[in-house]
Amino acid sequence: MARSPISVSKFRNAFIGWWVVWAILHGLLIYSYGFPSDISATDSFVTNSILLGAYWMVNNILRFYLPNKDRYWYLLFLSIFLALLVTALSNALLSFIFKGSLHSVYLLFLSNSFWLRLGIGFLLIGCMTIICVLWYTQGEDQENRQRKEDAQKLSKEAELYKLRQQLQPHFLFNSLNSISALIGTQPEQARKMIYQLSDFLRATLRKEEEQWVKMEEELQILELYLDIEKVRFGHRLSAIIEKDESCLQMNLPPMLLQPVMENAIKFGLYDTTDAVTIYMSVFKENGYLKVVVKNPFDLETSSPRQGTGFGLSSIKRRLYLLFARNDLLETEVADHIFTTTIKIPQG
Amino acid sequence: MNAIIIDDEPLARSIIREYLQFHPQIQLVAECNDGFEGVKAIQQFQPDLIFLDIQMPKINGFEMLELIELPPAVIFTTAFDEYAIKAFESHAVDYLLKPFSRERFDKSMNKLMQQENSGTSKANLNSLLNATGRTPAEQQRVVVRLSGKISIIPVNDIHYLEAADDYVKIHSKAGSFLKNKTMGHFESVLDKDQFVRTHRSYMVNITEITRIDPYEKENHLAILRSGARVPVSKTGYVKLKSVLGL
Repeated sequence: MARSPISVSKFRNAFIGWWVVWAILHGLLIYSYGFPSDISATDSFVTNSILLGAYWMVNNILRFYLPNKDRYWYLLFLSIFLALLVTALSNALLSFIFKGSLHSVYLLFLSNSFWLRLGIGFLLIGCMTIICVLWYTQGEDQENRQRKEDAQKLSKEAELYKLRQQLQPHFLFNSLNSISALIGTQPEQARKMIYQLSDFLRATLRKEEEQWVKMEEELQILELYLDIEKVRFGHRLSAIIEKDESCLQMNLPPMLLQPVMENAIKFGLYDTTDAVTIYMSVFKENGYLKVVVKNPFDLETSSPRQGTGFGLSSIKRRLYLLFARNDLLETEVADHIFTTTIKIPQG
Repeated sequence: MNAIIIDDEPLARSIIREYLQFHPQIQLVAECNDGFEGVKAIQQFQPDLIFLDIQMPKINGFEMLELIELPPAVIFTTAFDEYAIKAFESHAVDYLLKPFSRERFDKSMNKLMQQENSGTSKANLNSLLNATGRTPAEQQRVVVRLSGKISIIPVNDIHYLEAADDYVKIHSKAGSFLKNKTMGHFESVLDKDQFVRTHRSYMVNITEITRIDPYEKENHLAILRSGARVPVSKTGYVKLKSVLGL
């Protein structure tokens, strides 16, 4: 349920101050008509106390029932009704307090000023209604906005998680098949590969998107991945990684490099029948951490759509979700070499 | 009986080799790294059986099979192929999902022996190949063989197709090739928004058309960028107009 404005101390103090000032003004006004101070004070106190009750009602009604925009005329009726009630009640009470011939002048004044009192009461209650409507509408908006933001954040996180978990089933099953083959001939090698695969899988599962990792760590995971792929493809695959030592302590989102490497290997190995060397270099440039991956490919036989396959489009999407930029991943084709460049903003 | 293993991963080949030791009736005559070697080895050795991986360099297992006139019995070995698995399930030709156990392999061999005896394995393969259709990636290119040389034609490079007896002649940027398929096959695998069967014997890549001229009675001729003139029949013209949005 929405919080009442009175529950906020700043508003409560302002309201009390405003009410006191108004009550004093009210008393002074009556006093200026030549009535004694005790009558003026009582008139002001009684009227404003009953008005206070009306304010409380307005606040509570709007707190639990906020009319739609096209039903705002309800509020007009509410204000008129409450103003009538307040004026009638305070007049009756004051007539009762000051009954008798001694106060006949005041009683006459009281009944003559009925419409004026009604008008002022209507204005005051109307003001209070408007303030409450604004308060509760804003509260509702804020709640909606918050809900929307929460939902967006959740879906963004879910998408990032999903993109990160896109481990190729091909890789997993083929690796298991390689292990199965090694068990017969080279059990030690098989065991080693199981450890490598486990370490690699653990690394892919562990990371949260917010927790950026050090380049050094990411490169270690990449080495694990490459070692597994080299066992699978034998002499056909080799990789050269050049790293600028100063980049090792720089940060990047987890599991960003592996899919790029995976794409390069897939692209390279399935597009030629020769041995394939993948080049990767990591360096710093203009405040960005830059990663460049190059793989050979055959322009004539690879279909044009292959280049924007899932591997790279998911990285592009991740970079967009993380940095709200679409220019952080670039690809280039020249001389049978496919180059992928990733820029990671720092700090 | 003779067998060949075609797989680009050495360890994947070695496990089949290992399991085959327990089936002395099968002699392993060759091992191949990719589809090109596979085509050559099949011609050379005329094996009775091939173990075939699907995801391989340059041309995949399906494409390789298309290049062989009379394919031997095939056992597919694949890690994960959502398209293939579906197709295999309805057919009797066996497939082994990597990694597979020796029990599973032996079962496959038994199945093969039964089918060899009843002579059903090859018939099944043909229906299998027809049923697999083409995965989206495979529709992007056509693999052909011309006097021993294998060519991969990206579909965008195809100008038009022409029926020629039991073959289809593919006219492309790189020249003309014959492929042992029907027009109906190409009609089902090529993108319908790009290739239109304008005539009983012709199919044209609409991105290559520069002009359509009237020609005799109710027929038309599509003039292609290459200068080729492709006949368009009355019904073909209606189809062409709807695809071109005229």
